[in-house]
Amino acid sequence: MATETEQAHSTAAAGRGLPDNSADAPGMPQLDFSTFANQIFWLVVTLVVIYLVLSKIALPRIASVLAERQGTITNDIAAAEELKQQAADAEAAYEKALADARVEAGRIADEAKAEMQAEVDSAMIKADAEIAAQTAESASRIDEIRAGAADAVKVVARDTAKEVVAALGIDIDDKAVEAAVASQVKG
Amino acid sequence: MAEPSEQTASRTPAFIIFGLVAVVFIFAFINSKSSGLSFYPLDQFNVKPILGKGPVGTFTITNVTLWMALTVAGIALLLVMGTRGRALVPTRMQSVAEMAYGFIYKMVEDVTGKDGLRYFPYIMTLFMFIVFSNFLGLLPLSFTTTSHIAVTAVMAVAVFLAVTILGFVLNGAGFLSLFWISSAPLALRPILALIEVISYFVRPVSHSIRLAGNMMAGHAVIKVFAAFSAIAVISPLSIAAITAIYALEVLVCFIQAYVFTILTCVYLKDALHPHH
Repeated sequence: MATETEQAHSTAAAGRGLPDNSADAPGMPQLDFSTFANQIFWLVVTLVVIYLVLSKIALPRIASVLAERQGTITNDIAAAEELKQQAADAEAAYEKALADARVEAGRIADEAKAEMQAEVDSAMIKADAEIAAQTAESASRIDEIRAGAADAVKVVARDTAKEVVAALGIDIDDKAVEAAVASQVKG
Repeated sequence: MAEPSEQTASRTPAFIIFGLVAVVFIFAFINSKSSGLSFYPLDQFNVKPILGKGPVGTFTITNVTLWMALTVAGIALLLVMGTRGRALVPTRMQSVAEMAYGFIYKMVEDVTGKDGLRYFPYIMTLFMFIVFSNFLGLLPLSFTTTSHIAVTAVMAVAVFLAVTILGFVLNGAGFLSLFWISSAPLALRPILALIEVISYFVRPVSHSIRLAGNMMAGHAVIKVFAAFSAIAVISPLSIAAITAIYALEVLVCFIQAYVFTILTCVYLKDALHPHH
């Protein structure tokens, strides 16, 4: 098996016209020491170039971007904290204003109530007085009317009595009739 | 209710992409080979000049150069172009760049502590290089620079030397207390010290071979399965296997970059705080 592949390798190598060094070194190219100097030289060049690119340009730039972002985030958080505080303050102020307004409203309502009560009371007193006056007036008028009525009854009774007496043909003094009627009416 | 359907909707294109990648792999494979069942799972790792043919000298422009340049381009695209807007609310690219930054920054901070953050750019360099190399290596027909032991060994040895020198510079002889475990019984301490020293010197070996080995093995296995697809009867199974391995490789590419980086952090922590 091994000889077969080796044979195939050599024939194929011959067919392709491989470069000499690979044909000379059938083993691992990694152990071909003739290429080491070349690899090491280019590796050192590469590493130096990468180091310079990184340390002069890339790393400071990324570091500054990250720092700037960190700073921005910190500032934003601080600003947000401040805004939150402001909102809380505003809410407290609003609550306080609301409470004050409530108290004020209650006070105004009470005041208005008291004022109205006073007004109502005074109006009541006034009305009572008016009513009392009217009642008194009415009472006096009623008394007057009553007195008038009593006088009228006396007059009517006297006149009637006179007429009755005259009709009966009894000649009697007017004064006597009047006295009699007055005593009757009184009684 | 909308969430499951969204998930399946986002999963379907992923599977289609995996499938397409597998098919491209196979076509690339078939085109490059003349005919028949042939295995060249390691050819993809060859270092060769881009312009013409010839020996690979130290300064030759090879496929290593090309793919490392693409790695640099990719990193620049993500981390420089992606963050060009410096947006407070990031765009998608900027978001990814910031996530990569945050990921490694946090890793360094968590493992090594605040004083390790001085070395963050170096560790970020390593991580970005490895992760971009690994993922670029997943492209069909690409070359995986991190699959080469030469590349990973240089990085691992650099980490080893840097950490060792740093340890002695910062702590003086106190750095040796790393090997002298004061919490162990006195009789055991010399033996433990020997083990600690051996494990300390094995670090760069395991550090480098872990990454290169993982990269190489995955890519080689994909090639082996691709070779089997030349047989018509087996090809559906082969494509399914490539798809599965490819999905696994996507995971491995990130995990190995992560592991290399976090081990670097752990070694760095030893240099900064050697006392157990």
